[in-house]
Amino acid sequence: MTIEERNGSMGRESGYRDQFPVGMRVLAVDDDPTCLKLLETLLIRCQYHVTTTGQAITALRMLRENRDRFDLVISDVHMPDMDGFKLLEHVGLEMDLPVIMLSANGETQAVMKGITHGACDYLLKPVRIEELRNIWQHVIRRRRFDSGQHNNFDSGEDAQNTQLMDSEGEQGVADRSGKLNKKRKEQNEEKDDDSDDSAENEDPSNQKKPRVVWTVELHRKFVAAVNQLGIDKAVPKRILDLMNVEKLTRENVASHLQKYRLYLKRLSAVTSQQANLAAALGGRSSSYINMGSFESFRNYHALGRSRQLPAVASVQPNGLLGRMNTPAVFGVHGLLPSQTIQVGRTHNSSNELEKLPTTSLSGMHQGSLLQGVPMSMQQPRVMQEASKHFPSGFPASGLANSFANTANNSLLPQADRMQMLSGGLGNYSSSVRIPFSDSDPFKTSLGESTQLTNIGRCNDTWQASVSSKYPASTLRINDSVSHPGITPCNLGGNITPTASQMDGDLLGETPHGLVASRLHDAMIGQDIQNQVASLSGSTIPIPSFDENSTSFNFRNSANSNQNLEEQRQDHTHNTDLMFSSSLNSSLPNLHLNDPIAQGHPLNSGFCSTPVLAQDCRVNRSTNEDLLSYKDDSALETTRSQNGLGCSLDDLVNAMLKSDREDATAYMDGDLGCDLYSLSTCM
Amino acid sequence: MGKYSSWDFKKRDHDAKVNMNGDASVQVDKRRGRICEHADICKGYLDDQFNQIEELQDEVSPNFVEEVVALFFKDSSRLLANIERVLEKYPRDFSRLDSLMYQLIGSVSSIGALRMKNECTSFRDHCSDGNLEGCKRSFQKVKREYTTLKQKLEKYFQWLRQAGPVEQATNSRK
Repeated sequence: MTIEERNGSMGRESGYRDQFPVGMRVLAVDDDPTCLKLLETLLIRCQYHVTTTGQAITALRMLRENRDRFDLVISDVHMPDMDGFKLLEHVGLEMDLPVIMLSANGETQAVMKGITHGACDYLLKPVRIEELRNIWQHVIRRRRFDSGQHNNFDSGEDAQNTQLMDSEGEQGVADRSGKLNKKRKEQNEEKDDDSDDSAENEDPSNQKKPRVVWTVELHRKFVAAVNQLGIDKAVPKRILDLMNVEKLTRENVASHLQKYRLYLKRLSAVTSQQANLAAALGGRSSSYINMGSFESFRNYHALGRSRQLPAVASVQPNGLLGRMNTPAVFGVHGLLPSQTIQVGRTHNSSNELEKLPTTSLSGMHQGSLLQGVPMSMQQPRVMQEASKHFPSGFPASGLANSFANTANNSLLPQADRMQMLSGGLGNYSSSVRIPFSDSDPFKTSLGESTQLTNIGRCNDTWQASVSSKYPASTLRINDSVSHPGITPCNLGGNITPTASQMDGDLLGETPHGLVASRLHDAMIGQDIQNQVASLSGSTIPIPSFDENSTSFNFRNSANSNQNLEEQRQDHTHNTDLMFSSSLNSSLPNLHLNDPIAQGHPLNSGFCSTPVLAQDCRVNRSTNEDLLSYKDDSALETTRSQNGLGCSLDDLVNAMLKSDREDATAYMDGDLGCDLYSLSTCM
Repeated sequence: MGKYSSWDFKKRDHDAKVNMNGDASVQVDKRRGRICEHADICKGYLDDQFNQIEELQDEVSPNFVEEVVALFFKDSSRLLANIERVLEKYPRDFSRLDSLMYQLIGSVSSIGALRMKNECTSFRDHCSDGNLEGCKRSFQKVKREYTTLKQKLEKYFQWLRQAGPVEQATNSRK
């Protein structure tokens, strides 16, 4: 097998192959723009063809869109939207591309982690060009290994091979490649005669078969088959038979099995690590929860958005949550890749929001559900409120649950191992991710990942709300807000449970019965807003909430004669506006490109003044959905109510519509006046 | 490696000895372009990594160094603001502080800012010790280093610009 032959079968652009490694297509992923730019230039200097992205989610999407688009992936370890190691696993499992890790951390432990996760190489920052000049070797090595491996499996000595690989699981690709190549030579002739395999291996160098997408469904079958056979006895041929999937070759199964075994080993290896970490970080359980729920929530949310299950091993539940033995966690957490990607896409997110408002909410609730034991006492209450209003959303979560359970059940035969796996991997990931999720608020314009972070932040919101005391009345909002150091997520969280509180209060005081339900309906928007708000991690300006409350009261009295609808709208509008303003105010690092966003808080009039005083900038893509719906609602409200009122419910609907253009224009003009007049009233 | 030949500065051999605001003269290493290293303006503040960056500048990306530096300052000012905020709001959240500083260290070392990197490292050490006062002190130093570095690099780029592109000239020293 020659390089040229392999290249020839790889279907690459002509001319490129011959010059390999010149023109090798590299995907570089690093959230740090300085490092990314440097890396890009270095790679270009090495005459590679470079594509860069600052987000792992984008990278995964690009890789999934076209598996033949890249030869090599270089990824930073420390990334906010997804752990570099997780990306590494996804790429390894799904695309079988060589991945090089980059990190400023050169400790042995970290490097070992990279290796056990399957990285081809581990480079330290700052990267030097000399190190990059030779990275093409990883591409070649992998090709050789893959071809050798495929030949070996073709020979039919699967058991032997798997055992061989098993024993060498820790030794790395190169070693296995060496031994398997020996086997390959022995079996070459046999392979040619093997009719079963001949079609698949006519050309020994034709290793570039269409890549199999290991979707969640497929992987589930795979895992089920493996478990049925027993992990030690599972051979590709029998797995393939059990799976009974068309167009799946034994080689596909074999290579996937190999990765799976590696994966299991790694998970079991880190279990003790995880236990230690858990013990050491016992005091940071809230961080764990945050992170875990962030992850799981993200998964659930994405799951709620789409029925398609991601192509990831199901055994990737969040360890922390797994530790809490929440079955739902296991599967959900594993549902990362495509879901997170879907979540990440701004446009799709908004569209999906349109289509699945309830499911998205249910997703959020699922996230709350997953927050584990400590939350369990408080969660059900909030969940109850939500579930009252969004029963339809739960089928989606049910889907997630059922999948999770299936995944979990399929693991039961290997109960101990799997538990360790889920716990291990999850926690492992969690422990790595904790700082990230905490630092998420401090990330600036996340772009595509903003939605994801928003959703993730919803967990924080939920948690914050759950963990904080529910104000007994509407006015409590002020109380909670006035606590210095209260975070937007707390604030937002308070709003949510407060809503339920308010239901009773409002019902008693004024005809705001509908308002309560509206508030619940608006929770989606609220939470999303809160998520975005909480991104910054900073507090919502206190005056704004005071104003809001004041204005709310003001509005209540003013509107006492108005119909219920209007009042409801006002109420929800107030709340929404409060959120929008909080959204704006609490995101100092996010860039607010959209004048509407600025106009909207103005419209609300409550918090906008203090809010605008801050250097608040919100990433437009982040807030698109929020703003759009806010805009529309404000639009309608202004029209109908001749004032600042704005139905939160309308906002939610508007958000789903993504009819932003008109609203923008409208907003700018009208709301400004209203803002000032209202603010003066306060 | 090293597209020194296309570097403007190399062509200004006759201006190689320049007084930069009263600093000592600069000697240009033609082959590797270690201007900044030799210039007192940056001495000790930037390490070899900065030279690597300088060497990446060529006719294709003639402003590469300045672009990277600008990117660095913008990104690191954001990170510093984040750290400052966390220090105010969650001073005991060492893991978060550590994580933020870890991000900063990544780009600081990529730019070759030696002194700033050292201060960042000591900040992380204080974090792992749970030493809040130490963290705060370190952070002040980090900020100082950041400001100083920014000033120095601004001076440096100004100096480069003042020199301006000069036609290629032979120089006996070469």
